[in-house]
Amino acid sequence: MVARFLTLKLTLMGNTFRKSVWQTIGLILASLYALGIVGSLVVAVAAISFFEDPALAGLAVTLGGAVTVLGWWLIPIFAFGVDATLDPHRFTTFAIPRRTLVAGLAVAGLISVPGIATVLLALGTAFAWVVEPGVLLVALVGAVLGVATCVIGSRAITTTLAPVLESRRYREVVAIVAVVLAVLIGPLIGWLTNGVEISVGPAEDGNAFLAMVQQAAAVVGWTPFGAAWALAGAAHDGDWLGLVGRLAVALGTIGLAWLVWDRALGRALVRPPMGDGGGGRAKGLGAFGLVRFSPTWGVAARTATYWLRDPRYSGSIAVVPLLPVVIYFATQSTGNYFMLLATGPFVAWLLGFSISNDIGYDYTAFALHVAAGVDGRADRWGRTVPMLLVGPVVAALTVVATVWVADSWHLLLPLLGLALGLLLVSTGVSSAVSARLVYPVAKPGESPLKSPQGAAVATMVSQGVGFAVTLGLSVPVLALGIAAVLLGGVLWGVATLVGGLLYGVLMLVLGVRFGARVYDRRLPELLQQVQSFP
Amino acid sequence: MSDVTDTLCVMTTPAHPNPGGGGPQGAPEPPPFDPSAALSVRGLWKRFGQKIAVSGVDLDVPAGSFYGLVGPNGAGKTTMLSMATGLLRPDFGGASVHGVDLWAHPDEAKATLGILPDGVRLFDRLTGRQLLTYAGMLRGMDKATVVERTADLLQAFDLTADADTFVVDYSAGMTKKIALGSAMIHAPRTLVLDEPFEAVDPVSAANIRDILKGYVAGGGTVIVSSHVMDLVQRMCDHVAVMAGGHVLAAGTVDEVRGEQSLEDRFVDLVGGRQHSEGLSWLRGS
Repeated sequence: MVARFLTLKLTLMGNTFRKSVWQTIGLILASLYALGIVGSLVVAVAAISFFEDPALAGLAVTLGGAVTVLGWWLIPIFAFGVDATLDPHRFTTFAIPRRTLVAGLAVAGLISVPGIATVLLALGTAFAWVVEPGVLLVALVGAVLGVATCVIGSRAITTTLAPVLESRRYREVVAIVAVVLAVLIGPLIGWLTNGVEISVGPAEDGNAFLAMVQQAAAVVGWTPFGAAWALAGAAHDGDWLGLVGRLAVALGTIGLAWLVWDRALGRALVRPPMGDGGGGRAKGLGAFGLVRFSPTWGVAARTATYWLRDPRYSGSIAVVPLLPVVIYFATQSTGNYFMLLATGPFVAWLLGFSISNDIGYDYTAFALHVAAGVDGRADRWGRTVPMLLVGPVVAALTVVATVWVADSWHLLLPLLGLALGLLLVSTGVSSAVSARLVYPVAKPGESPLKSPQGAAVATMVSQGVGFAVTLGLSVPVLALGIAAVLLGGVLWGVATLVGGLLYGVLMLVLGVRFGARVYDRRLPELLQQVQSFP
Repeated sequence: MSDVTDTLCVMTTPAHPNPGGGGPQGAPEPPPFDPSAALSVRGLWKRFGQKIAVSGVDLDVPAGSFYGLVGPNGAGKTTMLSMATGLLRPDFGGASVHGVDLWAHPDEAKATLGILPDGVRLFDRLTGRQLLTYAGMLRGMDKATVVERTADLLQAFDLTADADTFVVDYSAGMTKKIALGSAMIHAPRTLVLDEPFEAVDPVSAANIRDILKGYVAGGGTVIVSSHVMDLVQRMCDHVAVMAGGHVLAAGTVDEVRGEQSLEDRFVDLVGGRQHSEGLSWLRGS
């Protein structure tokens, strides 16, 4: 029966290959990427083990393993619905004993790129102990237990939380939190390592650093996350009591997770999947009541509503005010304010770019525009109106804030000119590009972090073209801005502001008109394109 | 209004004597559009990859008729209706709406069409009231009319209590009804409804039928696709049977069904009924 689950999962995987060449290529690329990471990690651990000390490699495996387990347990909470091919609900109508179902799903859970990568990584790093056969055996057992902790714990958490995860409101909140976290994770790591460096002194002081790692590994090795991975280290030290204790923690974790999962699955199988009963309500017409009644303003009101209510948009909006903060902390230690001052223009450009796949985000709801025969100009202008109302304010505020922090008021005018000019140019380019290049994104209601399989290439091509065109068309604004920054003087500042605005408006009008022409010509093709998304 | 359009069709039709410009090689030249028809389709072809979804469909839907389009799954109904309403560009052939060539003058033709497509999502982060308003605004209607008709539609489809709920939280039947409402808000002369009764409860379905009957009695034309023969036989005055991308029979319901029930006639036309004993093991032990 377990074998049948494996076959099912493999068949499902094979069928996606048959469906689309791009998905196959995407999966091959992902596999190669994962293989590369696994390979380099295994080599690194082996190198430490042979040239330094196996015990040191053991420390690395313990800490790395604990992070892996954490990843397996926590990521599915945020990136929900990423792999629902073997959703327990789909087995409700089959009379499968629960024990079999649990075992089958557990094994099948390993058949995925991250699953196979984890297995390879766990087994590969165990061979750091190859010089001590006895310890190697313990390490292999630890690797198997570690992988089991990953998979079973992950399933236990997602299945237990499923009733919550299915509620639309929760998904939306989590989606926004996840996007913010994804942006913050880089600076957080930098900040933490910074803190470590400060507390243990510079990295050259290897002993202090090692002592700290040892301390950390000693603690982590007794937690449910690290116990399985720390078995080999204990065996190497001859700490038999510690070995037995950690084995108990590891087995206890797996057993408990299994029990929790089993219970949760039992409940899930008799409870149909459903969203939250109540659902949100809004009073009256909202943005539609505020605007003139015309197709253009209708599209504008709808776009504005979506920015606030669809987490795929509001997630990226929540990120914008964080960017200057992130860059501030990233560059704080260097005392160089160049990056910080560049944030304003960068945010402006990013804002304009964020509407470059609007029809992809509409998905098949776009059929309403096709059925009504919405005019190209109405559609294009309508989608830019909220950007033109909000974008300049956000861009200007960012510029003022960064100039204030960097105390570079003499750069205010040129930076404002750059930011507003780039905002207008990239909005114009987006209006043109989005009528021509549509690529699959997370569908309405899905996690914004989920990028559809096989869309990577199409996304890269479309975004690459958009980037290149925007950059090329931004050259005059950039030249003015750079000249103003280098030469200084209020006159150059005013010139950048006025020139950036005039040129930006010109590019916006041209972009929208070009986009509108393409849109009018390709209206049914655009709908067909979004309907063919995987 | 209707006079103006009728004159217009007489003027436009001779300009397009050969709708869509023939078909694939070897296909016979289709006759010209019927300018008096609410919807006239000539020589429509569409291929997706290896599969030919619609192969040379000619169809005339008389103005003022209640027209049913029936066929098994995968018969090409949705593809045909999409091409006849401007949602999908045909490989060959064309369509005219009240004598206006749809693919030559899409805006003019679409203004008189109300479309309920099957298998597409709605802008479901809007409330029901907002979605209807949005549909009205896209059609270029003025505020007073949109507000009044939105209220009427919500009332007619029994959605007033849920007017301020987001469409994403609607049930399947409610979603179908709000989509139907947004196809009607601009008072089109012709309604093209793909599977309008799917997932709709019997009471709502009866209400929708009454609304559609009243609409036809007032001079409108309705085209519905459905799997439910019984419903089509009771509701429609004309019917076309599609299978494998072809129209197998078309005309008034009585013409098509003859002495049989529509369902039996349909099965005769489409084939595929199995008269064996079949699944003997299912008969209990």
